[in-house]
Amino acid sequence: MTHIFISKEHLDDIISHSREVYPKEACGILAGKGNTVERVYRMKNIDDSTVTYSFDSGEQFKVMKEIEKDGLRMVAIYHSHTSSPAFPSQTDISRAFYPGTDYENYPDTAYVIVSLAYEEPEINAFLIKKGAIEKIKILSS
Amino acid sequence: MAVKVRIPTPLQRLTGGQELVEGKPGTIIELVNDLESKFPGIGERLSEGGKIRRFVNIYVNEEDIRFLKAEQTEVKDGDEVSIVPAIAGGVF
Ligand SMILES: [Zn+2]
Repeated sequence: MTHIFISKEHLDDIISHSREVYPKEACGILAGKGNTVERVYRMKNIDDSTVTYSFDSGEQFKVMKEIEKDGLRMVAIYHSHTSSPAFPSQTDISRAFYPGTDYENYPDTAYVIVSLAYEEPEINAFLIKKGAIEKIKILSS
Repeated sequence: MAVKVRIPTPLQRLTGGQELVEGKPGTIIELVNDLESKFPGIGERLSEGGKIRRFVNIYVNEEDIRFLKAEQTEVKDGDEVSIVPAIAGGVF
């Protein structure tokens, strides 16, 4: 994956979600086919926090099942940063790997981060791989 | 019949690439021990000191075991157990 496609409408949805829950962190799933996002799932942040996010386990399972049933896949996981750049934090990186290992939890899924720390929202996508964080392009039409 | 267990991608290297494996009925912790006997190494990836690791979600059918009897939840023939890494992050 060298880029992902997210329509203007979906990008706006992710940014609105992030603004609505500000100053708490927003989180969600971008589902689609290949590297094209077709759906935005706004998820609950059970931490209800300005500095961390955690999906609700029941909701996560339900959404993952629905995505699978509809023949889609988890193209990306998104979350917002309220006072830091749109770049994965140390915790974001640790949580991308299976506990106690360097095996990626979701190897084919990108991480999209929205920052509301500046005047204009900043949004970036990354692949979090063992020993490397790769920024990938977000293409929009 | 057996218990069907869904293995997440990061642990499939321990099950020879299999996503769906079979386990013995019993409690979740007994199931973990049964999986360990078939797939050495998987036990410590799933639990630590008899407790399921943090940031690992286990569901029996649709229900998170944290809302059942946790490690003591009983699973029977035909149940589907899903092991799913939690999704989380933070600023620091
Ligand atoms: Zn983050």
